[in-house]
Amino acid sequence: MNQDTPFTLAELMIVAASEAWRDNGEVLASGLGIIPRLGAGLAKLTHSPELLMTDSEAFLVEEPIPVGPRGDYVPKYSGYMSFERVFECVWGGRRHAMVGPTQIDRWAQTNLSCVGDYRQPKAAMLGVRGLPGNSINHINSFFVPNHSPRVFVAGEVDMVSGVGFKPERWDDGVRRDLMDIRVAVTDLCVMDWQGPGNSARVRSLHPGVSFEEVQEKTGFPLLKAGDLGETPHPGAAQLEIIRRLDPHDLRAAQLKGNPPGIRPAA
Amino acid sequence: MNKQMTAADAVARLRDGMTVGFGGWGPRRKPMAIVREILRSSLKDLTVVAYGGPEVGMLCAAGKVKKLICGFATLDAIPLEPWYRKIRESGSLELMELDEGMFQWGLRAAGMRLPFLPTRCGLATDVTRLNPEIRTIRSPYEDGETLLAMPALKLDAAILHVNVADRLGNTLVTGPDPYFDHLFARAADACYVSAERVEERLQLDAAQARFNTFERYLVSGVVEAPCGAHPTSCPSDYGWDMSHFKRYVASAAEPGGWQAYMEEFVQPGEAAYQDRNGGIERMAGLPLPVF
Repeated sequence: MNQDTPFTLAELMIVAASEAWRDNGEVLASGLGIIPRLGAGLAKLTHSPELLMTDSEAFLVEEPIPVGPRGDYVPKYSGYMSFERVFECVWGGRRHAMVGPTQIDRWAQTNLSCVGDYRQPKAAMLGVRGLPGNSINHINSFFVPNHSPRVFVAGEVDMVSGVGFKPERWDDGVRRDLMDIRVAVTDLCVMDWQGPGNSARVRSLHPGVSFEEVQEKTGFPLLKAGDLGETPHPGAAQLEIIRRLDPHDLRAAQLKGNPPGIRPAA
Repeated sequence: MNKQMTAADAVARLRDGMTVGFGGWGPRRKPMAIVREILRSSLKDLTVVAYGGPEVGMLCAAGKVKKLICGFATLDAIPLEPWYRKIRESGSLELMELDEGMFQWGLRAAGMRLPFLPTRCGLATDVTRLNPEIRTIRSPYEDGETLLAMPALKLDAAILHVNVADRLGNTLVTGPDPYFDHLFARAADACYVSAERVEERLQLDAAQARFNTFERYLVSGVVEAPCGAHPTSCPSDYGWDMSHFKRYVASAAEPGGWQAYMEEFVQPGEAAYQDRNGGIERMAGLPLPVF
């Protein structure tokens, strides 16, 4: 352990995010936001070169594009992926997106639309965007930079934008087997919904975080995965790739205070 | 044949209560010069259909919108569209909130003259619960699957902005992504296109001709509007204007903010609009965003 190169919590989360794309096959890896995007790039440059990525606009690239101002860097395109083609990719199921919803519930349902009453919301957010279609068609994971009961709500999310495991939401004859919800990478832990009856579990805890703390900051009951352990630390080679993909250190601004990866003892 | 007209001519063809689609995507290639003409007009009670950007917020702020059909409204770099948010939180907006793919399917169905197209997008979410007029259908084949029947989103008019057009109604989108403008054009009874440059007649090589994304028979009017997408981007010509967006966002937090924005940027007309945004050279030179 004391061989570790020092790393930040953001870097730990990038490595945890990258693991979500392992063994997905040839799918479009869409990481929305700096940390998920760096996670996708790290996955492609290490364990999963078969992943497809875009320049976050309209072209496919085989070399993930560094985030932020590009300077002299000239992207090398390998193909084309307009929004219309992304939609076709979504409906064909060949994608794994990691997005940051406003709310997530015990059934892994997500909300990106609004908080509070739908007709007169307390806070209007982005809108459902592509969440309904993404969630019912392809692999999805979540990114949560501020693990709290405001995100992981006690009841059902205020507006179900992305589908989940709540049986009452599924009418007879609707195909549920195309839905594939994998993990939530948060600033405290990695979670999944692989418990009995798709109940939520903690799969790994970030260094210095206790299960009790995660439970306290989650609005619904959590289980411990059988092999619950510590989230793997970034290795020197991974950190080197992360620095290359994020030359302006935008990752440092993603979590409040840019905390270290290993919490100082209280 | 000459379809060229002014923005005022195009807006004069619109009527109160119409369903109007706006091309582009979020803060990208929105037909803002024509939107500003609508803001200056007496038009009202519109049903606005869009992958929403600032046109949605502005039309809401100006009280032009009876109903909004969209999947989002955003300025991208500023995620939450300020006036959409304000009007939405006031509880006064009639909203049909759709998945981006359902939205596309609705336009496509309209363009193909179909009553609906089947999809799984939107099932098992609140999109269907909140829009009970959107029905499901059972597959007539052996699978018997229950699918969502996305109804056609028929438009009375579509309003688009492109890089280049000619007087016949031929258009070129030279940016990397044509978004869904072609589907808006097909879904509409009439389509008005503003363009950075209007030529007498396009005479292109094969590579350039591939930037044409829909046929001229869909186009009813062509409006020359240099920097007509400002403050949104118009790749490959110019990027969005963050300083203008910040000014616009601030207006939503100021008492009388919308009236002040209208007086400063909209009411005096396009020439004054360009002056107040640093002139057309500055606007045309705004750097393209890096994603």
